[in-house]
Amino acid sequence: MVFTDVAVVGAGPAGLSAAIECAEAGANVILIDENTKPGGQLFKQIHKFFGSREHHAGVRGFRIGEELLLRARKLDIDVWLNCEVCGIYGGTELWIVKNRRESRRLKARKIILATGATENAVAFSGWTLPGVMGAGAAQTMINLHRVIPGNRVVMIGSGNVGVIVSYQLLQAGADVIAVVEAAPRLGGYGVHTAKLRRAGVPFFTSHTVLEARGKESVESVVIVRLDEYWKPVAGTEKELEADTVCIAAGLTPLIELAMLAGCEICFIPSLGGHVPVHDRRMRTSIESIYVAGDIAGVEEASTAMEEGRLSGIHASASLGLYSADKEEELSHQIWERLDVLRSGPFGEGRRKAKEKIISMKSMTQ
Amino acid sequence: MNDTKKKAWQSEGVKTSGTPTLEELTQTPGFPSEEFLYAGPVAFIECVEKIPCNPCETACPRGAITIGDNITELPMLDAGKCTGCGLCLPSCPGLAIYVKDYTFEQDRASIIFPFEYLPLPKKGDIVEMVDRFGETLCEGEILMVNTSSRNDQTSLIKAAFDKRHFIGVVSMKRLVT
Amino acid sequence: MSRIAEHPILGPLKPSGREVSILVDGEEVIAYEGEMIAAALMASGRRVFRYTEKRREPRGLYCAIGRCTDCVMIVNGIPNVRTCVTPVEPGMIIETQRGIGRWGGGDHGIH
Repeated sequence: MVFTDVAVVGAGPAGLSAAIECAEAGANVILIDENTKPGGQLFKQIHKFFGSREHHAGVRGFRIGEELLLRARKLDIDVWLNCEVCGIYGGTELWIVKNRRESRRLKARKIILATGATENAVAFSGWTLPGVMGAGAAQTMINLHRVIPGNRVVMIGSGNVGVIVSYQLLQAGADVIAVVEAAPRLGGYGVHTAKLRRAGVPFFTSHTVLEARGKESVESVVIVRLDEYWKPVAGTEKELEADTVCIAAGLTPLIELAMLAGCEICFIPSLGGHVPVHDRRMRTSIESIYVAGDIAGVEEASTAMEEGRLSGIHASASLGLYSADKEEELSHQIWERLDVLRSGPFGEGRRKAKEKIISMKSMTQ
Repeated sequence: MNDTKKKAWQSEGVKTSGTPTLEELTQTPGFPSEEFLYAGPVAFIECVEKIPCNPCETACPRGAITIGDNITELPMLDAGKCTGCGLCLPSCPGLAIYVKDYTFEQDRASIIFPFEYLPLPKKGDIVEMVDRFGETLCEGEILMVNTSSRNDQTSLIKAAFDKRHFIGVVSMKRLVT
Repeated sequence: MSRIAEHPILGPLKPSGREVSILVDGEEVIAYEGEMIAAALMASGRRVFRYTEKRREPRGLYCAIGRCTDCVMIVNGIPNVRTCVTPVEPGMIIETQRGIGRWGGGDHGIH
């Protein structure tokens, strides 16, 4: 059994930020990730981030990732890679499988779960064919592994993930022959859709993919128009020559560990579905367990980093590493930045949804 | 505060076709007014949605771009202060700014736009200039390709093209390897 | 399906390791040590990684981050290995998996 002050599960933007905050506060922290490298999905974000200077605006995601890794290294944070957390007991103990064969146990005074989210699927005829994949999967292939997963891509979904990955597929040298959106209006930022449009990528609103055809892998894709009740309109089918279909239909928080631990869960569709109830300190219904990033509601990397810091600050304070005044001061700064990121027509809904979760927590207390 | 800036802006074009219409753009505070449109190099800020973002404001050394404390406000261009230097172009994470100059030559206008594809064009190349829908409008001659590292892999391309397409042209067609 | 040698943002390809040879269904494939098996296979033009148990349908890469288990193959005799999160080692023996796969062969096989 290994003992530590704080164990952070997941070394993505939220987990890295949380671990850095804890280490800076003086806590012993162990950062755990199942992958061979830390960084989570941050290293496949090759676009410049939005926001203000405090949010690293104008800086590409992977550069922010490099900066976080450098800080973690300088703080000598113990990073356990190739480690899958398979069990959580009593709110303070983790069972970890390292390298898929060695069993390890870790006891922490505080646990921060920053496990992220997973992509949603859309089922249609032929969706299991090789060549149909998550948009994030295609992004991983092009930006991390530097392999083009297909040459002619149909993107399902026009939210920010769909349009950003479409742009990055063009940058990688693939063609995006259609972005298909079931809703009558496009979902992602207009600056992203405009980039695609001037590159000649057509958008099909009120359309969906009916079928992916092919023997061993995708050879063509049939799209169809949807009526006002979202039902396919017969006779409007179009067969597009394509070898790849990417699905960008939102993400679902990875809450398995929070559920295993017995954290109270609520259902907030606009944040991706089931999320652990948490307070303004990112603390769940179990006192020693905190959440941060997409597990606490799907947003974006910028908010995930802020939430990570928030959880790290409060976990450290609960260990007596910050005075109540200092805790409040640090927390206030981060909340100001979070409020900015959750403003405007794209952010307002997320802010309200987060407030709803936080109000639940205060009711149970 | 300017009235157009206060207006709650909602672009229909960008939500249906992917790109704002010209009518919508002329009403946004980042688009140069008629008075400055044809008067020399000037920035066109095609930012039509209230997203929390403000790097363009601090990128401008002349204070020609204002967003203010509420960073979801649309950037407001004071075209009288803008010299068309292009420093704001690579600062925009949305690649939504370019500089055009109607007075470049007798028959040709010029444009500087951000470009993040390979292969890059070379000085002297003749390329296809496109509008917001990706439709080719005319040929363009590449005048400059700036790959300065301070722009972090966002290249700035300057091209000259037929003045008659001054309003329509926003970029160039991607080159094929 | 090919490697991205030059990228406008990420620059020239920086391989994860030296070039090594692996065996895929008996055919030699050149891969980079340390890259994910699935990446090496897709770079070589392979998209079908396994066939399902009942209907013998082809399956390939789907999530690329080790969650969906659609890309599992027999690696060094061990079936159900997630190729999207398993790094290439020199001389690896990789086989298309049929159904739930079978144990055996390779260095780690249980016979």
